[in-house]
Amino acid sequence: MKIVVCTSHVPDSATKVNIGGDGKTIDKAGVNFIISPYDEFAIEESLRFKEKNGGEVVAVSLGGDPHKETLRKTLAMGADKAVLLKDESSQDSFSVARAIADYVKEVSPDIVFFGKQSIDTDNAAVGSMVAEMLGIPSVSVVVKLEMQSGKVIAEREIEGGHEKVEARLPCVITAQKGLNEPRYPSLKGIMGAKNKPIEERAPAARSPKVQLLGMRKPLPKNPGKIVGTDVSAVPQLVKLLHEEAKVI
Amino acid sequence: MSKFQGVDYYNLDDHLSQEEILARNTVRAFVEENVIPIIEKHYRAGTFPSELTLKMAELGLFGSTLPAKYGCAEMNNVAYGLVMQELERGDSAIRSFASVQSSLVMYPIFEFGSEKQKDYWLPRLASAKAIGCFGLTEPDFGSNPGGMITRAERKGGGFVLNGAKMWITNGTVADIAVVWAKLDGQIKGFLVEKGTKGFSAPEMTGKHSLRASVTSELVFQDCFIPEENILAKSGGLKSPLKCLSQARYGIAWGALGSAMACYESALNYAKSRIQFDKPIASFQLIQEKLVYMVTEITKAQLMCLQLGRLKDSGKLRFTHVSMAKRNNVYHALEIARIARDIHGANGILDEYPVMRHMANLESVKTYEGTHDIHTLIIGEDITGIPAYT
Ligand SMILES: Cc1cc2nc3c(=O)[nH]c(=O)nc-3n(C[C@H](O)[C@H](O)[C@H](O)COP(=O)(O)OP(=O)(O)OC[C@H]3O[C@@H](n4cnc5c(N)ncnc54)[C@H](O)[C@@H]3O)c2cc1C
Repeated sequence: MKIVVCTSHVPDSATKVNIGGDGKTIDKAGVNFIISPYDEFAIEESLRFKEKNGGEVVAVSLGGDPHKETLRKTLAMGADKAVLLKDESSQDSFSVARAIADYVKEVSPDIVFFGKQSIDTDNAAVGSMVAEMLGIPSVSVVVKLEMQSGKVIAEREIEGGHEKVEARLPCVITAQKGLNEPRYPSLKGIMGAKNKPIEERAPAARSPKVQLLGMRKPLPKNPGKIVGTDVSAVPQLVKLLHEEAKVI
Repeated sequence: MSKFQGVDYYNLDDHLSQEEILARNTVRAFVEENVIPIIEKHYRAGTFPSELTLKMAELGLFGSTLPAKYGCAEMNNVAYGLVMQELERGDSAIRSFASVQSSLVMYPIFEFGSEKQKDYWLPRLASAKAIGCFGLTEPDFGSNPGGMITRAERKGGGFVLNGAKMWITNGTVADIAVVWAKLDGQIKGFLVEKGTKGFSAPEMTGKHSLRASVTSELVFQDCFIPEENILAKSGGLKSPLKCLSQARYGIAWGALGSAMACYESALNYAKSRIQFDKPIASFQLIQEKLVYMVTEITKAQLMCLQLGRLKDSGKLRFTHVSMAKRNNVYHALEIARIARDIHGANGILDEYPVMRHMANLESVKTYEGTHDIHTLIIGEDITGIPAYT
């Protein structure tokens, strides 16, 4: 089994981000970066897949040197080797997918895991795009996965419930919360990861399909108003919602 | 509450390797998710969270600087220190558990044990299939362990042990006790297995500190120890002191964790608590307290980092460790007390971690050499004059 897991390196959701001077990127000073949380489910599933079926897990990330931190953590969790598709520029989903698809095509794995979305830009597009570019099946937002004789049976989240689907290998899986409980890298794994290789590759030039024009922070919210703390406040609340907020 | 991001006023992370940062962050996440949500309950009940033992072993928290062939992580000492810091940010009991298992049980077996003892015990202790304890202190010999009464006598292919130990962390739950006793007048280490006839380990109760840690007496009455259970390479008081030096190293880092927890809580509280129409953080007296805290934390971090680098390069002296244990625990306790004060009445509630850390640190200040004993150790080192008696 050849297993590829793609990870993105994103600002920690617990840190406050500011927009950089160019108005199109975030100011990275003092920002903690982490593995995108949905990618952690993808990593865990890729490792379980290997533990069950044998084989090798290759971790892939597209970005600059700081992404090595994320790759190192993936190696510490148990991936066998890592590939950094080195590209420092800002990317739209299409260019990210193109570079990953080129790499995946070359190594032709049995299965490719992604998080359902990267929590920085939230496009939720790369996994499915890669599948499309390679002409292989893609199952997104997966919460349960099994392999049976060359096929995968996956449960995915849909509005109000789950659906069960089957796909042949090779395929792309994008992971949703609930798929598993990601392991911590063990201290032994962390030390072992030092000796595992991170290969650097330069992806071919791609032209983006979407251009980023600018970023802005959400407008500050007006402070709330406490009308009262018990039932007696309800008539007043209804009145305000009707007359002032005009929502009812 | 927002996720703990660490305290790093002097950008010391720049001096840490990727592995050191990853080890710290991993244990930080483990503590955040597994220790902090349950620790108050255990502290109140006076129980150790034994549900964490196996998870801690899986993470590799036991004997993590020892060789990989025993199932250990073979980390450097800075990474180990950072791990201790994060564990103690959860609770001193959790760090104590890891310290005892690693520095006071696995280390002496590794250092003074036979190949057979190492091959048998170290993998079991690393995986928490066995829990250990370290018995040095006696009811009448604390700061002066050299005066110990516990004795071993040779008899019929082994030894007979008589005496009693007190204040022994994990004694009651241990599968194996590293016990220090005099054999023909010389201090030697012995491995005493649970269930050995004549050996009992009743739990001590009534603690107001380290309540989430098990503390016990060890009683030996004509307890037969087979020849193969002596730590043959140990000899003299310096052997247990070498173990203590390992554990004190972890405490120097651990105290930082408690201090960080208290500082973080006090800083957040001061920014949100309104009195006289302003956050209390806007009063100069409160700011001075917070500045003291972050300054002492930063100084202690610098000390720990250099201490770790000295240890990793083989240049460490035990007096260096004494200085860091003495300083860092002292200031951690001061920080905890001041944090308690900043929280006002809320500071005594278990909704905040400060009172628990404060009470814990009272033990930490005393065990592994009291604050004053470390003063005397450093005093002797710089003057050449011992002042113990
Ligand atoms: C929670 C907890 C867990 C512990 N776990 C362990 C364990 O796992 N294994 C173990 O072996 N021990 C353990 N200990 C024991 C600990 O190491 C001792 O308590 C410590 O060494 C101090 O000994 P003592 O309590 O007998 O105090 P004493 O030695 O009686 O000291 C009392 C006071 O006198 C001072 N003093 C003593 N001698 C001098 C001197 N010459 N000059 C000036 N001042 C002096 C001390 O600084 C102290 O302030 C633990 C203790 C606690 C509280």
